[in-house]
Amino acid sequence: MKEIDYLAPSSLDEAYRALQNGKTSAFLAGGTDIIVQLREGRKQVDQLIDVKHIPELTSCSWTADGGLAIGASVPFAEIYEDAEIVSRLPCLIDCATLVGGIQIQSRACFGGNIGNSGPAADTVPALIALGATLTLGSAGGTRDVPLEDFFTGPGQNVLGPGELIITVNVPPQPANSGSFFHRFIPRNEMDIAVVNVGARIDLDAGGERIEGARISVGAVAPTPLYVAAAGEALVGEAPTAEAFARAADIAADAATPITDMRGSVAQRVHLTRVLTTRALDRALERAREA
Amino acid sequence: MPRRAHVQSTLNGEEIDFLCEPRQSLLEVLRDELGLTGTKEGCNNGNCGACSVLLNGRVVNSCCVLGVEAEGADVVTIEGVADGEHLHPLQQCFLEEAALQCGVCTPGFIVAAKALLDNEPAPDEGRVRHWLAGNLCRCTGYDKIVRAVLKASETEEVSA
Repeated sequence: MKEIDYLAPSSLDEAYRALQNGKTSAFLAGGTDIIVQLREGRKQVDQLIDVKHIPELTSCSWTADGGLAIGASVPFAEIYEDAEIVSRLPCLIDCATLVGGIQIQSRACFGGNIGNSGPAADTVPALIALGATLTLGSAGGTRDVPLEDFFTGPGQNVLGPGELIITVNVPPQPANSGSFFHRFIPRNEMDIAVVNVGARIDLDAGGERIEGARISVGAVAPTPLYVAAAGEALVGEAPTAEAFARAADIAADAATPITDMRGSVAQRVHLTRVLTTRALDRALERAREA
Repeated sequence: MPRRAHVQSTLNGEEIDFLCEPRQSLLEVLRDELGLTGTKEGCNNGNCGACSVLLNGRVVNSCCVLGVEAEGADVVTIEGVADGEHLHPLQQCFLEEAALQCGVCTPGFIVAAKALLDNEPAPDEGRVRHWLAGNLCRCTGYDKIVRAVLKASETEEVSA
């Protein structure tokens, strides 16, 4: 790794000043992506800004309306050790418990997984299904961006040069709503998704009709996809296998994957259909338990 | 001469301070600056777990932590697992169960398993296997390793 400066600001203002000192910067939270990228020469910056001493980024809090604001650098282990998050947002636990092994989960975080902006990022389809937004901050103030609008290409996003991710915001979920995330990898643990899918279903009070649905698919396009049409096709329908199959077809049609060492185009399109159907099945179960 | 940072931490129960370059990983600092070569470098990219250490009680890959991040932190390495000449039950059980072949992955497995038993003294086999998914053994000794960890969990020292 080439020489680098290390800064550990203890406030957002201090971080914004560091971003404006004329040097090229990267953020250091869990370090599980950025340290390896710098070491292998895939990225080069003048300074690393450690964001783990900024209070806004290091804690989670429930909002008055029942949403969850997750500090961008809170490690996954802290998320899945929180009994209230486990019980209220199991879909977050689906993804937080399968990113890497325990060593990675001790350090890696939602803000890092999102900021790294990999097309196969495992937390993203789960968060998009939940309707998450990001609060981005800079010296000029803050702005909120829907997560599905954040990514612009592999490793690329809308974050400006003086900007950082402060919180990942999961909005309050409807009363009869359930969400689920899963992925396909060739082994049980420790791999990058061939395809990953998050799905949410909102039922009406009687549990007989779908009032809303959100479906997101990863690793099948240059960015994680929010397939709005697949969710919209379910609105007003009964939650049947036929309806889920139609939504899964729409998701598979939206997939534009590549063939690489992890899977072929045909396998990824097939997996998109299968994983979407199964994610909807499991989201429905959770909606009925809600 | 690159600029070096002054870092103060607790290492294996002792207050220490050291100088390191910001670009040096905690693994490099442990091995090259502090002479603690028990922690091994495997992949150096966060996949294999050979460099596992405890950072503030959580098991991490020290190749994916910067030495400067250890400021104010509590670090435990394989050298801090035994109590003097008295082996930790995990170390004793790894010996008794022959849970190692070449031994390069062993410090990482023991430190990772210690992080589990410190918090969950009675894990079942599935839990042990899941917990150790981030530690790779290229001699394919997983079964003996899992048995050694389960055996350690049944010792008085761990279960009491």
